[in-house]
Amino acid sequence: MKVEQISIFLENKPGALESVMRLLKDANINIRSLSLADTSDFGILRLIVNDANKALKVLNDNGLRVSRTSVVAVEVPDRPGGLHSILATLAQHGINVEYLYAFIEKSGENAVIIFRFDAPDDAVDVLLKNGFTVLPGERLYSF
Amino acid sequence: MIYNEDFETLPREVLETLQLKRLQQVAQRVYHTVGFYKKAFDKAGVQPDDIKTLPDIKRLPFTTKQDLRDNYPFGLFAAPMSSVVRLHASSGTTGRAIVVGYTKRDIDTWSELMARCFVAAGLTKNDIIHNAYGYGLFTGGLGAHYGAEKLGASVIPMSGGNTKRQIMILQDFGPTAICCTPSYALNLAEQGKAMGVDMRSLKLRVGIFGAEPWSEKMRDEIESKLNLAALDIYGISEVMGPGVSMECMEGRSGMHVFEDHFIVEVINPETGETLPYGEEGELVFTTITKEAFPLIRYRTRDISRLIAEPCRCGRSHLRMDRVTGRSDDMLIIRGVNVFPSQIEAVLVGITGLEPHYQLIVDRAGTMDTLEVQVEVSEKAFANADEVRYLQTLEKSLAKDLKDYVGVTAKIKLVEPKSLQRAEGKASRIIDKRKM
Repeated sequence: MKVEQISIFLENKPGALESVMRLLKDANINIRSLSLADTSDFGILRLIVNDANKALKVLNDNGLRVSRTSVVAVEVPDRPGGLHSILATLAQHGINVEYLYAFIEKSGENAVIIFRFDAPDDAVDVLLKNGFTVLPGERLYSF
Repeated sequence: MIYNEDFETLPREVLETLQLKRLQQVAQRVYHTVGFYKKAFDKAGVQPDDIKTLPDIKRLPFTTKQDLRDNYPFGLFAAPMSSVVRLHASSGTTGRAIVVGYTKRDIDTWSELMARCFVAAGLTKNDIIHNAYGYGLFTGGLGAHYGAEKLGASVIPMSGGNTKRQIMILQDFGPTAICCTPSYALNLAEQGKAMGVDMRSLKLRVGIFGAEPWSEKMRDEIESKLNLAALDIYGISEVMGPGVSMECMEGRSGMHVFEDHFIVEVINPETGETLPYGEEGELVFTTITKEAFPLIRYRTRDISRLIAEPCRCGRSHLRMDRVTGRSDDMLIIRGVNVFPSQIEAVLVGITGLEPHYQLIVDRAGTMDTLEVQVEVSEKAFANADEVRYLQTLEKSLAKDLKDYVGVTAKIKLVEPKSLQRAEGKASRIIDKRKM
């Protein structure tokens, strides 16, 4: 029930993001969701794409520092309190969130929250037991 | 003014006779007491008895910093530890530091030479000396301290850092002289001004600045900001510490080498050939009176030239010009000697970093800054993709550099392959400072 995410180390300088996007464009890779964490010197670009293996290869071959991480995608109705309901459950079970980002599904009815947990297996267990919809990777890649 | 007129104004022939006698003694002593020197002399095919004239010194082998490291910690001591009363050491990771020792008599000599420096700067026992050289393993603080006491002046053992407190003491205690690095003098001037203190109206009359290279332009700037006479002092721990040579107030052009205790030469760093007076090259020192840690023809890697013309102050001792550079890749950052190899040793010791690095040295306002750019390794990034993890890596590297090398650095992680691959060591360093 986990989703593959690609992380890319980027220096904080003009053109750094552009060059990554150009590589992905040329390889015909589509981005499903992304987030960019930044500090004054560097950033980490996190992507969920339609073909993680191909993206990793292209980026690696071009000398970028890339890694693969497992994240968890949770679907919630797109309305007030949607994200809160998940966080309330996680807090209750003492599960820590490293970071998260989100996007809205094309139908417009649901939002998908991407979570990075220290202990993703425990988190998935808790979420499923509490009735949340955890999306398999394939669903996300082919949205 | 001259502290020890007898010795500081000896006619050249008498001085050179004294130097020869002392050189012969020290050559005998190191040959018979220090295994390293016996081997080195034998290898060079020279015996202590071969030193018949002063120019015969050229027959003796050079001693390098590597030799000192190889004999860490006490391998080059020529006196038993029971006679050694003080140890100092350079910064460095274990095994790469350089340790020097002093007997009671060595401390007395050093104190006298520092007292000579203070008197050359026009100071007397009536002066109050604010000593902002670092106290501790570094020779600067204690070296200047003992010299000030020897002279009978009042010394404020300030040490480095704590700038606001220094400025308060400069105002309240009214010292008439200050010892520190030239860049720290400018820093004091700036911070004082920012605190609303009129730094030109302090009682300071003289500043004795050393431990890092500086220029006439910096001298003008310090003199105008602090309203004092700024003088240059030279010393390196291996040879003794501060007080190997000192500018006099009368001449203010070149530093007198205390030749009754040191023999100075300038060599071509490539060939090792001795150069005539006036030509620029690498400074080489032989200590001719030190007991615990005598050095034979020590290659300092400092670039300068010797001035033989008599000085108006009346001292007969040769002068050396300002140190204009180095013949190796050592950097001096805020008075701390830093070798890229030391930084590399720290980098390699930290998991997840690769020894692909670049050092950017700059001067922000008056203080030197060091930025260490390091490429993020696959390992570091595979373990975690979190900002927090990488920032922890940066922090632990900065801490290790402070702990082992003694330098404060800003760490910047960069993309792989973004740094130029070093062919020579020099390309690892970008020094943007303008002295």
